[in-house]
Amino acid sequence: MHSIEKKLAILSDAAKYDASCASSGTRKQDSLNGKGIGSRGGIGICHSYTPDGRCVSLLKILMTNYCMYDCLYCINRKSSNTPRARLKPNEIVELTINFYKRNYIEGLFLSSGIIRNPDYTMECVIEVAQKLREEHDFRGYIHLKTIPEASRELIAKAGQWADRLSINIELPKKSSLTKLAPEKDGLGIKASMQRIHEKESEYKAAKKSNHHSKVPHFAPAGQSTQMIVGADDSTDSNVLSTASQLYRSYGLRRVYYSAFSPIPDPSQKLPPSAPPLLREHRLYQADWLVRFYGFNVDEIVSKQNPNLNLKHDPKTSWALLNIDTFPVDLNTAPRETLLRVPGLGVRSINRILKIRKWHKLCLKDLSKLRISLKKVMPFICLLDYKPSTYSLDRLQNIRPETEQLQLFDPGLSPITGEL
Amino acid sequence: MKTVTLPETLEAWRQTARQLLKQEIDPVNVNWAPASELSLDFAQEAPELDHQSANGNRHKVPAEFLAMAKDVSCHRDNRKWSMLYRILWKLTHGKPKLLKVGLDTDVVQCNQMIKAIHRDCHKMKAFVRFREIDDGKEDTENYAAWFEPEHLIVKRMAPFFIKRFATMSWSILTPDACAHWDKRELVMTQGVDKKMAPDSDDLESLWLTYYRNIFNPARLKEKAMQSEMPKKYWKNLPEAQLIPELTEKGKRMDIRRNWN
Repeated sequence: MHSIEKKLAILSDAAKYDASCASSGTRKQDSLNGKGIGSRGGIGICHSYTPDGRCVSLLKILMTNYCMYDCLYCINRKSSNTPRARLKPNEIVELTINFYKRNYIEGLFLSSGIIRNPDYTMECVIEVAQKLREEHDFRGYIHLKTIPEASRELIAKAGQWADRLSINIELPKKSSLTKLAPEKDGLGIKASMQRIHEKESEYKAAKKSNHHSKVPHFAPAGQSTQMIVGADDSTDSNVLSTASQLYRSYGLRRVYYSAFSPIPDPSQKLPPSAPPLLREHRLYQADWLVRFYGFNVDEIVSKQNPNLNLKHDPKTSWALLNIDTFPVDLNTAPRETLLRVPGLGVRSINRILKIRKWHKLCLKDLSKLRISLKKVMPFICLLDYKPSTYSLDRLQNIRPETEQLQLFDPGLSPITGEL
Repeated sequence: MKTVTLPETLEAWRQTARQLLKQEIDPVNVNWAPASELSLDFAQEAPELDHQSANGNRHKVPAEFLAMAKDVSCHRDNRKWSMLYRILWKLTHGKPKLLKVGLDTDVVQCNQMIKAIHRDCHKMKAFVRFREIDDGKEDTENYAAWFEPEHLIVKRMAPFFIKRFATMSWSILTPDACAHWDKRELVMTQGVDKKMAPDSDDLESLWLTYYRNIFNPARLKEKAMQSEMPKKYWKNLPEAQLIPELTEKGKRMDIRRNWN
């Protein structure tokens, strides 16, 4: 029997492959009325950062890393010889409360390997959330990983206590899932996302029509998912199309991309090394362009260019391929056009739109807005500035190559600094 | 040249500014001097309080300015007071749209100072670490934290901690000011020395275990970590003592991968 410390070590180590640690955008609550502990609802807080650059916002652990399944990419697969442990519900509750009281965390992100059967596992996970909310009146954030095969009733119950639910889509292509995670069922995963989406929509509609009376809560921070990148041969186009379909069909708040991390004793079916972390970064940038900048997936990746360019960010790549639409006049262009200018973020654009009602923008104004001149200058014009035809011509010459470098090409390391 | 005492609070600044404005004194002719540097004669020259001018003020300033002033008054740099008066002067002397355009040098600087304060506030929410104090009584839990904010934000941040930890008794100790909550009311006291704060908590070993294991050595990104958690905060974060060890582990893994 392990000590708590040993179990925590094993079960947090097992959880580190899950990228999400978000704790934003849920309903507001605090403990001012003298009961329980905690507050949530505003912008999530990152209480610490580890040297991998990731934030620590939640206590992210597995209830157990024993698992019936044998997904090849997973450290916790049945055939792995990783040390195993299981925390009791009360132990997780106590850890959460004690960490929370010292202001280490915003709450709990609980996931689990599948033991006995999916419903049993889901019930154990829900028990922890229920104890936190009911026995301790815990008002911090709770994210529960949902077991896709769990029953409809259990999913409803999980949403009652959790702020966020998530089911991992795991891989971009169904065929990869069949190959690498034979016990997982791609259609089943989507069916569960659909169920969560339905419950979420019901909750939202009820809240809208019924401001004053009590509506039972259902995952007010919605659902998210995670896709492993680089464990199969999927292109960025496969990844982004799958993500876009998930956003559209199930109203997901976030799709997390997780560059495949090599695990001990890997199967021969897995790639021998990790994809560059830069690929993961480019995917997040592309995801942002689709969600907040009005781009379509097929503008960012195409049949000819199925992978994102590692040298340039996706917006710059797009601009270089569509150089005819530039330069853009910052004093007159509509918002949608400004959103396509490399180097301009949503915040800067909002400020530009506000300022130009009163004042025509000049070159010297841009640095006051903390806009990188180097980045934007080839693409814009202002009252006192126009890019020379020379600089536009030069851009033509640095058009992104149509072929992305091979994923495991050794020539990549100097560019990415990874691998 | 008019010499006035550097105010300590926003309210004091408002009184001074109101007087200066009433006398139509251009900001270039105002010398803001710390009270300690003023001779008695000078100090007497400082404008007297005039409560009536609050209502009788001819000048109207946008609410946005008052919000800015309130924000920036938490900044540690005392140049904020003269800067605020310059902005106020411009707003009331022919540039009423100054804040809307936001490109004036003083406004840009003010916004940068406010940004720094907001970041500091956010980091305070994140990096305060409570330690349990054993006061011998069985049924009460007491916690205290030591924190060194960059700006004067303790009072401003107290409500956040009250809402979150309303049912706990706690103190946040800092060099500038201390906030104490006893489950009923907030008491602010003067700043203290770090020695006054508890230096350990038994639970920290579990927290360090968690921090060590949630780190993925296969994806070392020190710069990303440091941009969000700058080194200046490390000395008061119990988990930060592990950073060198974990970074080393990540680098060793990197070398192994290069060999493969």
